[in-house]
Amino acid sequence: MIRSSLKGQRLIALFLLGCLLLNYPLISLFAGAARIAGIPLLYAYVFFAWAVLIALMAVVVGRRSE
Amino acid sequence: MLTATVIVLASFLYVGLLFAIARYGDKRADAGRSIIANPYIYTLSLAVYCTSWTFYGSVGRAATSGIGFLPIYLGPTLMAALWWYVLVKIIRISKANRITSIADFIGSRYGKSQLLGGLVTIIAVLGIVPYIALQLKAISTSFSIILKYPEVVMPNQEGASLFLGDNTFYIAMLLAAFTILFGTRHLDATERHEGLVAAIAFESVVKLLAFIAVGLFVTFGMYNGFEDLFDRAHARPDLNGLLMLGGASGNYVAWASLTFVSMLAIMFLPRQFQVAVVENVDERHVAKALWLFPLYLLAINIFVLPIALGGLLHFPGGRVDADTFVLTLPMSEQQPLLALLAFIGGLSAATGMVIVETIALSTMVCNDLLMPALLRWKWLRLTERRDLSALLLGIRRGAIVVILVLGYLYFYLAGEAYALVSIGLISFTAVAQFAPAIIGGIYWKGGTRLGAVWGLSAGFTVWVYTLLLPSFAKSGWLPITFLAEGIFGSELLRPQNLFGLGGLDEITHCIFWSLLLNIGCYIGMSLARPPGAAEHSQATLFVDALKHTSAAGSQFWRGSASMHDLLELLGRFVGPDRAREALNAHALERRLAGLEDLPADAALVHHVESLLAGAIGSASARIMVASVVEEEPLRLDEVLAIIDEASQALAHSRELEHKSRALESATNELRAANRRLQELDRLKDDFIATVTHELRTPLTSIRAFSEILHDNPDLDTAQRAKFLNVVIRESERLTRLINQVLDLAKIESGNAEWRTTEIDLREVIEDAVTSLSQLFRENGVALSVDASGPLPPLVADRDRLLQVLLNLLSNAVKFCAERDGRVSVRARDTPSGLRVDVTDNGTGISAQDQALIFEKFRQSGDTLTQKPAGSGLGLAISRQIIEHFGGRLWVSSSAGNGATFSFTLPTEVGGLAQTAPGGELSRTG
Repeated sequence: MIRSSLKGQRLIALFLLGCLLLNYPLISLFAGAARIAGIPLLYAYVFFAWAVLIALMAVVVGRRSE
Repeated sequence: MLTATVIVLASFLYVGLLFAIARYGDKRADAGRSIIANPYIYTLSLAVYCTSWTFYGSVGRAATSGIGFLPIYLGPTLMAALWWYVLVKIIRISKANRITSIADFIGSRYGKSQLLGGLVTIIAVLGIVPYIALQLKAISTSFSIILKYPEVVMPNQEGASLFLGDNTFYIAMLLAAFTILFGTRHLDATERHEGLVAAIAFESVVKLLAFIAVGLFVTFGMYNGFEDLFDRAHARPDLNGLLMLGGASGNYVAWASLTFVSMLAIMFLPRQFQVAVVENVDERHVAKALWLFPLYLLAINIFVLPIALGGLLHFPGGRVDADTFVLTLPMSEQQPLLALLAFIGGLSAATGMVIVETIALSTMVCNDLLMPALLRWKWLRLTERRDLSALLLGIRRGAIVVILVLGYLYFYLAGEAYALVSIGLISFTAVAQFAPAIIGGIYWKGGTRLGAVWGLSAGFTVWVYTLLLPSFAKSGWLPITFLAEGIFGSELLRPQNLFGLGGLDEITHCIFWSLLLNIGCYIGMSLARPPGAAEHSQATLFVDALKHTSAAGSQFWRGSASMHDLLELLGRFVGPDRAREALNAHALERRLAGLEDLPADAALVHHVESLLAGAIGSASARIMVASVVEEEPLRLDEVLAIIDEASQALAHSRELEHKSRALESATNELRAANRRLQELDRLKDDFIATVTHELRTPLTSIRAFSEILHDNPDLDTAQRAKFLNVVIRESERLTRLINQVLDLAKIESGNAEWRTTEIDLREVIEDAVTSLSQLFRENGVALSVDASGPLPPLVADRDRLLQVLLNLLSNAVKFCAERDGRVSVRARDTPSGLRVDVTDNGTGISAQDQALIFEKFRQSGDTLTQKPAGSGLGLAISRQIIEHFGGRLWVSSSAGNGATFSFTLPTEVGGLAQTAPGGELSRTG
């Protein structure tokens, strides 16, 4: 069944990680005018962190339950 | 080429396609081969979250606040990580209780309260109205703009008259017609619409593709990729600010509060509840959707900022509303097909939202607001009407029309003053008010109806005052002084600076005050009064949903009912045939032949009520069922007793499990003991056989010689003396054997007599050596004794110990080397007790014999070829004696190197007491 508790705990950890990555103060570190490969740093950072978060969620959910 | 006819035709073709898909989905569902029963369609249907707010509004938001459009999509991503616990639990509860809307959920949780269901419905309808207005505004604006193709002209709503003179009104009515056709064709007991979900999923694909197509065109067609676009924006000082997050802390507060509000919205918007919970086919789909859905959100947002920047660069001076860039950019580049695709994409985003939202709302209005009220009015005699399904459908259709008219009115009154996103956020803040009652309701048993009513009312009031009324004021429908002065001219009550709180944007301001009061009242009033019986039982069902089986719930009902009444009642709402079918299925589930065998018991009443709840909501179902059965309401203490009983039953079953495990291990022990007994029995038989055999040998010999003496009286004296000597020796042997057997039997059965005294081991060894000195001399065996070290006194039976030593020494003599035989005795004190070694220099004992010689009647060497030199019981008896005193007797030897028999005896009294029970000790003397 869906209630494998380790998976649930990992997802909660990801939730907390996401809250941290995508909020003040971490996000303010990237809020300047710098650009990376022509893309504003803030824009690149938010999308990158977002994508990493989704990928981690996919990995956690996709793993065979142990 | 993009004439009005083409556009209208394309729109209708698109809607026709949706109908075809819905039709196909329904047909497949009826055939039992669902096309929506997979996590991908589930994910796409969840994407109904992305409305024309996302499609048009995000770009507008990005054009004014840069990356500020994103929290609306980051919040749901974060929430998705919690779906594993929260959404799965809500789905489980809703399936078990046949809950079909968010109002039903809250009403049902707090004791099937009609008041709460109605309150939630009113909040939901009023809260969602601005959101529907947003869709109307988007469709109407995009339609007016594309009609002017290839010119880009902003529509002017100022001149339009209310209702019939306004295009938007016709759009609203067309949407109402679509929704009625989609969602209320027939009444379904489960409120699930497979075809609709399929169509919504298709719409999600269309809007995503359309948006990405426009994004690619703007980024790579009009400009040379991201870098070029950002370079140009960078060069413009007025656009530079969009690329960063402003330094003021207000931006971060708004960022966090929008993330938070959207986290709640993804769970508690009525349409999200509809697709995520009610239309969910299998809760396992949640697992995949919880990362696929955020991925969809990510994909649809990649091009938002590029389109916004492209639009700002392309249309300088604010001539074109940023909310329309998705449509106007392809138009200005003379791309009729892309413009049409963008228009269809926006249309699909808006229609998807309106259809699902109004269906969800109309179900609530019908089940949780109107039906309970109508059923209460006795003079309508509704409870006696034969067929209510037509009435139900009529109410729902009416509700759909009313909701869209309300949306249109809001659009007409307040729509112009706001951008799309701002309108949507007003609705998000309204549905956030459901969070305390729902989250508290599924995790906290203490939440009560009173607390939920107060919390919701307080939160909703604050929302109306700080967000809804100001939106009217800003559009001139209320005096604008309302904003500056509040009511009663009080500074403290200014709606958007409540109690002087300033420095926040209006959403953060509203969410803070409304949730503060909401949660405060919810908790405070919940704790103020104890809950009623019905609240208590429902709280247990909801909070412990993951522990209960689906059969739970019937335990909280008591009364009497008739099968006929229940069947007739169900038939009135879902049709007689389907009612019979449903109850037959229920009978089969309970292993009965058919519905005629069903007893009209609590389980049946509960089942009928939950079936009805699917069709008319839990509050109405409660009234209807109560009207046909006689029930005795349970008092609170009885409900508590039932809950207590249930937990006791759980404890009992655990105990039972524990006992059965214990029983199993006891059985195993018994089985092992039985095996051991059988083995002992066999050994006893062997023993008797051996003893009999051993007794017969001397007896035969005695008898033979006696007969010779008897038959031959004339034997000479020497011969006679010789024969008599044999008879005497054999008799002695027989006596010794019998004595030893008796001795062994006594020791083994515990009946031996032990004269336990304090003795000196050295003395005992000397006695043994003295009494055997003759034997040693006769056999020419040299004996050495080493007992010089300190030997503490022992507590043991002196005679028995002597017996052991004699046995070991005589064995040593017997088995030591024929010439030059040597036997040594060594006694010393060791940590494990006094130790005595008796060593000979004979042939030794082979490893396999070492284990056997301590058994009865076993001797080392081959008994067939060698003459047995003893009874074969000596070592067995010796071992029994030593073990009786808590010691150990063993042999160490290797063939050819002699053998050493050793025993240890504990010197401490404790060691003795352990092995020699008091009963035996007291019998001494």
